[in-house]
Amino acid sequence: MAFYVVQFLTGLASAASLFLVASGLSIIFGVTRIVNFAHGAFYMIGAYIAFTLTERFSGAFGFWGGVVLAALAVALIGVLVEMVLLRRIYHAPELFQLLGTFGLTLMVEDLVVLIWGPDDLVGRRAPGFKGAVDFFGQNIPSYDLFLIVLGPVVLGILWLLFQRTRWGVLVRAATQDRDMVAALGVNQKWLFTSVFAVGVFLAALGGALQIPRDAVHHAMDLRIIVEVFVVVVIGGLGSIVGAFVAAVLVSELNAFGILIFPKISIILVFLVMAVVLIVRPWGLFGKPEAAARKTPGLSVNPWRPLTSNERLAALAALVVAAMLPLVAGNYALTVGSEIAIFVIFAVSLHFLMSVGGLASFGHAAYFGLGAYGVAFLAKMAGLPMIVCLLLGPLLGCMGAAVFGFFAVQLSGVYFAMLTLAFAQIVWSIAFQWVSVTGGDNGILGVWPEKWAASPSHFYWLALGVAALVTIALRVMVFSPFGYALRATRDSVLRSEAVGIDAKRIQWTAFVIAGTTAGIGGALFAYLKGSVFPDNLGISLSVDALVMVLLGGVETVSGGVIGAIVYKALNIWLVSQTDLSKLVLGGFIVLIVVVFPKGIVGMLEILAQRRRKSSPPGSSLLAKPIESAE
Amino acid sequence: MSVASPLLEVEGLTKSYGGIHAVRGVSFSLRSGEILALIGPNGAGKSTCFDMLNGQNRPDAGHVRLLGEETTGKKPREIWRLGVGRTFQITATFATMTVRENVQVALISHGKQLFNLWGSAPRFDRGEAVRLLELVGMAGYADRPCGELAYGDLKRLELAVALANEPKLLLMDEPTAGMAPRERVELMRLTAQIAKEKSIGVLFTEHDMDVVFEHADRIIVLNRGTLIAEGSPAEVRGNPQVQAIYLGEGLLYEGGHREGASA
Repeated sequence: MAFYVVQFLTGLASAASLFLVASGLSIIFGVTRIVNFAHGAFYMIGAYIAFTLTERFSGAFGFWGGVVLAALAVALIGVLVEMVLLRRIYHAPELFQLLGTFGLTLMVEDLVVLIWGPDDLVGRRAPGFKGAVDFFGQNIPSYDLFLIVLGPVVLGILWLLFQRTRWGVLVRAATQDRDMVAALGVNQKWLFTSVFAVGVFLAALGGALQIPRDAVHHAMDLRIIVEVFVVVVIGGLGSIVGAFVAAVLVSELNAFGILIFPKISIILVFLVMAVVLIVRPWGLFGKPEAAARKTPGLSVNPWRPLTSNERLAALAALVVAAMLPLVAGNYALTVGSEIAIFVIFAVSLHFLMSVGGLASFGHAAYFGLGAYGVAFLAKMAGLPMIVCLLLGPLLGCMGAAVFGFFAVQLSGVYFAMLTLAFAQIVWSIAFQWVSVTGGDNGILGVWPEKWAASPSHFYWLALGVAALVTIALRVMVFSPFGYALRATRDSVLRSEAVGIDAKRIQWTAFVIAGTTAGIGGALFAYLKGSVFPDNLGISLSVDALVMVLLGGVETVSGGVIGAIVYKALNIWLVSQTDLSKLVLGGFIVLIVVVFPKGIVGMLEILAQRRRKSSPPGSSLLAKPIESAE
Repeated sequence: MSVASPLLEVEGLTKSYGGIHAVRGVSFSLRSGEILALIGPNGAGKSTCFDMLNGQNRPDAGHVRLLGEETTGKKPREIWRLGVGRTFQITATFATMTVRENVQVALISHGKQLFNLWGSAPRFDRGEAVRLLELVGMAGYADRPCGELAYGDLKRLELAVALANEPKLLLMDEPTAGMAPRERVELMRLTAQIAKEKSIGVLFTEHDMDVVFEHADRIIVLNRGTLIAEGSPAEVRGNPQVQAIYLGEGLLYEGGHREGASA
C-alpha cells in the first residue's frame, strides 16, 4: 500500500513541472492563438541556464536565485523572440506560426549542444531538500514534497493574477475575443508580448525546477512538448485549472500505467486524450471555441489548373529528373529516391491540409503504416514486391479510415491534436508490441527485388510513382470532389446549406490522404530495407507539416516544391555541417519572416506583380513549374 | 397552383433557450409563388424561426411540412435536397473560389457529383452557372475571386447559389441587410420577379419596411416569440397591435426613403 502512495506522490511531483509548462502554453495559445512549438525549447533552455547558474553560485541563495534568474533570463529571450519573430507573423496563414516556432526549436537544439555539450548534465540537489522522508519503509525525496506543494501554490498565484489584476482581466478577455479587446483600444502588441513573456517564464521555471530530479539533456524539449500538448488539450485550451487537473491526471497515468499496464503504458495517456477529445472536444475545462472571424488576409487568389504551357514545363522537369541516373552516382540517386518519396508524403498531407483545411499533426502514422504493411507482407507472407507495394498502403488506408472517422468530427487545433494522439497510439503499438513489430529493433531485410534493386531502377520507380500520385491528387483538387472539399473548408454553413455532407467529404479526403501517405511509406520501406517505429513518429509528422507550409499552404503546388526544397536542403546540410539543425532552423525562420506565403506563394505574388506591370495577354508564366522529382 | 397542398406548412413551432421562449407556437403556411414576409422587432424570434425551417435549429415542439412531407428535425442539407434555397443574414460564400465556382459547387451538389474524383469542376455545367449569374446580374463578375466582392454583390451571388437547385421554396434571412438603399430595392424586385416566373414560394425576414410593403403578398408579424398578426400589407399596416409595437419602439421607417413604398 505504501508503495502505491509513494508512486502517487511521485506522480504529483512530476505534475508540478508539467503544469508550469502547460499553463504557459495554454495562456499563450489562448491569447495569441499561436501553437507555440518552441515551448519545449524554452523549457530546455531554462533547465540549461539554471544548471549553469546553480553550478556557479553556491548556497541556498545561489540555487533558488539561480532557478528564478534562469526563468527570468529565458522570459527575456522569449520577449525578444516575440518582438522580432512572432509579431511579424501573427497575420500569416493559420499554423504558419507553428512553422516559425518549429524552426526556433531546431536552432535551439543545436545551440544548447554547442554551448553545453552533448552529454547529460546532472545538476545539484536543492539546498534544504536533499534528503528523503521515510514513509512506512518507502523513501520519498523531500524535493518531491516541495514540488507537490509548489504546483497548487503556482495555480493560486496565477488564479489571483487572472482574477484580481487589470492585466489578468485583459488576458481573459483576449482569450475569449481578442478582436473585441483590440476594438476597445487595448494595445494588443504589449498584451501579446507580456503574455508571451509570462508563458515562457513558466516554461523555463518548469525546466529549471527539474534539475534536481532529472539530468539535463538536449532532447528534453521534444519529450516535454508532446506531453504538454496532451495536457493542454485534455484540460482545455486556455484554461489554467484545466491544465492543472490534466497535468495531475497525465502524471498519475504515467506513474501507475507502468505498474498496471506495462505493455501499453505509453499508449495510455494518448488513449485518454483521444477519448476526451471525442467526448468533449474542447477539453475537460475548456469552452467550445466561438466561431472564428474570417481572417482579413484570406487568400483571394483562386486556384486554377495548369495551363498547357505549364503542363509542358512540368513534363520537361519530369524528363530532366528522369535523366538523373545518366549523370549522377548511386548516392545522389538514393537521395533522389528519398526526395521523391517525401514528395508523395507531402502532397498527401497537402491534399488534407490545403484543400481540406485539416492540418493533421500525425500524418506520419499512415506513412508508417504503409511501411509496416509492406514489411509484414514481405517478411511474414513472403509476397512478391509488386504485390507488397500494391497491398501495403492498404494498412495506411485502413488506419486512416478508422482514425479519420473520429478526427473529422473535430476541426482546427482539436483536429490536429486528435490526429497527433492517434499517431502516438500507433507509434506506441509499434514500439511496444515487440513480438509482431520487433519493437525498437524494427523489421529488417525488406529489400527490393532484382528488377528494382539498383539505385537507378529504384529511383525511376520512386519518381514514376511520385509523378503519378502528384498528378492524381492534382486532378482531384480540381475535380468536383476537390471543390466540395474546399467548400467545406471555406464555409461549413454554406456547404451544408447546398447539400454537402461535410463530415463524409472530409472523411473521404482523410482516407485518400492516408492511403497516399501509405504509398510513400511502402516505397520508403524498400528504400531503407527496414522499418522502424520512427517511421510513424512525431518528428516525421512535423517534417510533413514543415514541407507543406514551406511550399505554401495556400497554393496548389506547395507540397511538391516544399518537399523538394526541405528534403534536399536537409540531406545536404547533414552532409555538410554538424550544425545542420541550426542552419535549417534559421532557414525556416527566415522563410517564415520574409516569405510568409511560402515559396510557391511568394513566386505567385511575384508573377502577379509582373503580370500587372506588363500588358495583358502576356501572362503565361504564372506558377512555378511542378516537377515530380 | 392549387390551394389544396400548401408549399410550406408550419404548425405550433416552439423553441426556448433556457428560460427564454424564443418562439412560441408559431403556425403559418405558404403557397407556391407567394411572397411572405416575416417581420417583427429585434429579438422577436425571426431568426430562430428561420433556422428551424431549414433545419439548422431543432424545434422543441411543432411541425414543419414541405409539400406535405415532414421535415422537422431534418438536417439543412436534407432539406436543401427537397428543394429549399437559403440565403443568410450575414453572407456565407466560398471566399477562395471565383464567383462562378461558387455557383458551380451548388450545381455539383445538385447533380449529385460530390464524390466525382476525376471530372473537372471549373468546367462543370458552366453554361448553367453563367445563366444563373446572368439572372442576378452578376455574369460580368464570373471570374472574379469571391473574396474581393462588395457586400451587395455577395448578396446577389447568394441568391444565384440559392437558385442552383431549382428550389420550390426560398428562405431569405434579411436578404437586403447591409446593402445600399437602391441595391435593396433592386435585389427584392429581382427576387420577386424570379419567384413569380418560376412560381417559387419566398419567405423572407426584413427590417426595411419599404421592401416589405412593396413586395410581400402577405405579412406575418412576430413579437416576443408569438405570432400577433397576419394578413395583406394593408391589413397589417392597419393593425393597431402592430402599430404599437413598431411606432411605440420607433423602429418603423428607419431609412425615411419611400421611393418604392406601395400606396
